[in-house]
Amino acid sequence: MTKSIHDYTAIEILAEIKSRRLSVLDIAKHYLQRIQKYNPVLNAYLSINQNLLEEAQNADDQIQRGSDKPLLGLLIAVKDNFLTKGLPTTASSLVLKDYYPPFESTVTQKLLDAGAIIIGKTNMDAWAHGSSTETSQYGPTKNPHDLDRLPGGSSGGSAAVIAARLAPITIGSETAGSIRQPSAWCGVTGFKPSYGRVSRYGIISMASSTDQAGPITRDVADAALIMNIISGKDKYDATSLPSPVDDYLSLLNKKDLKGIKVGLVKEYLLAQMRPDVKELIHNASKKLVELGAIVEEVSLIDPKYAIGVYTVVQRSEVSSNLARFDGVRYGTDRSFFGPEAKRRIMLGTFTLSAGYYDAYYKKAQAVRTKIISEFDEIFKKYDVVIGAVSPGPAMKIGATLDQPMFGEMEDILTEPAAVAGLTSISIPCGFVDNLPIGLQITGSQLSESKVLSIAKVYQDATNFIKYPEHFNS
Amino acid sequence: MDVKKIAQLANLTLIDNEEKLFAKQFEDTFLVVDQLKEIDTKDIVLTSQVTKLENVTRPDQVDSERILSQAEALANAKNTYKGFFVVKQVIDK
Repeated sequence: MTKSIHDYTAIEILAEIKSRRLSVLDIAKHYLQRIQKYNPVLNAYLSINQNLLEEAQNADDQIQRGSDKPLLGLLIAVKDNFLTKGLPTTASSLVLKDYYPPFESTVTQKLLDAGAIIIGKTNMDAWAHGSSTETSQYGPTKNPHDLDRLPGGSSGGSAAVIAARLAPITIGSETAGSIRQPSAWCGVTGFKPSYGRVSRYGIISMASSTDQAGPITRDVADAALIMNIISGKDKYDATSLPSPVDDYLSLLNKKDLKGIKVGLVKEYLLAQMRPDVKELIHNASKKLVELGAIVEEVSLIDPKYAIGVYTVVQRSEVSSNLARFDGVRYGTDRSFFGPEAKRRIMLGTFTLSAGYYDAYYKKAQAVRTKIISEFDEIFKKYDVVIGAVSPGPAMKIGATLDQPMFGEMEDILTEPAAVAGLTSISIPCGFVDNLPIGLQITGSQLSESKVLSIAKVYQDATNFIKYPEHFNS
Repeated sequence: MDVKKIAQLANLTLIDNEEKLFAKQFEDTFLVVDQLKEIDTKDIVLTSQVTKLENVTRPDQVDSERILSQAEALANAKNTYKGFFVVKQVIDK
């Protein structure tokens, strides 16, 4: 069977472009056709770059002239909370229905500078508030593995785009699971860098102390490719880390996992978790042992406390960040906020208000310290910890109705790493009811290379990347 | 929790049955959040950010790379007047 354009990973298609076996224009036309065919069903893209073919032709011309930009001609889909000059940016909210950003986010600017072309903007939970993409004010995205199910969120559009192969690669963002959880539910690879590794400048702020951008991709190598471009200190983001950036791609050189110590967190095998999901995590653990790693059961603070910390910290920061949307300089007035945003703004207003600040906000910050010190202790003895990304597979559309804590409960296993600012990856580790399940591998701050290289060894030794067949043609 | 008052503080208008609905939903949320009380946090240093960076500053100089033109700054505003943003009157005449 010959390979179609949409079957190539980002690294593979860049090689095809470089050797001129494929033109960027042909690739762009191919993806546009697929988007026209499948997006009405999936609702994964909110908007498409109207200058795509022109920019593709321009990339072909640059290749002709011998340009060696690392991502030249790579089509990339971007979550709709990244400001993109000339392309509408809504954060899936009606408040920003007609908003055209006057400047570019650092992440997209770095990708554009490297030669990438933005193919379109992807659907998400409105303001990234949620884990379903069901709170989008432009309708939910469907999960390509089962159209009656949710893709997860908040970067659900980006994850669905990869699962349905409607772009070679995408960018998402995470505050507490919004890259990892939709990647798990859609059966793709999602990488969350340490807090501060990637600039937040030009990403519509949700919770500023945990927000972080990262790639959602076909495989681990593609994630490393993107991390090489987007990581690093940014003078426009004071919280971006000045530490030197590894060459993630060339560090994916492990042949096996000899000498690697892995902690299997027993509290993350939740009582309410389906036995078949637990089994997949135990299987993954056995696979890591087969590959040479030492896996031991470890204990961490019950993740239910991370929900409390995250809920208070996130709501508080949201109430402050979303105060700027008053309809004066951009956007509509505040009556266009959906119920989810309203709830979060109001709860945060309450937890920051006089008399409740100590009881809620300070308490959450103290428990946050406890979660961080436990991780610090664990990482003195172990290279990484593993667990499931989500308690179960993708849920049915409508699952979030009247569930104001849906996102928090769904993200119980991703929140601890988020509040501690750690790096973590979600990679496919099997299926239940024909729906994908994700394994997460979490490392200490700035251990991106380690997490990526361990994930690569596991991914190369397993065969869990399966794309839904109805998007084959 | 006085839902109506909080909405007012947050500059939000509640519609339909939101006042009653949110009150119930906030109660459910606090059942989860209140579990934090089970943890002893005496003498623990608070964490407001995780980077360990301190006092990140820049020279107090205008960065010309980042200035929007007047037209760009006003481009997304629904209501402008002679190059200014129009805001609601907040002070009595």
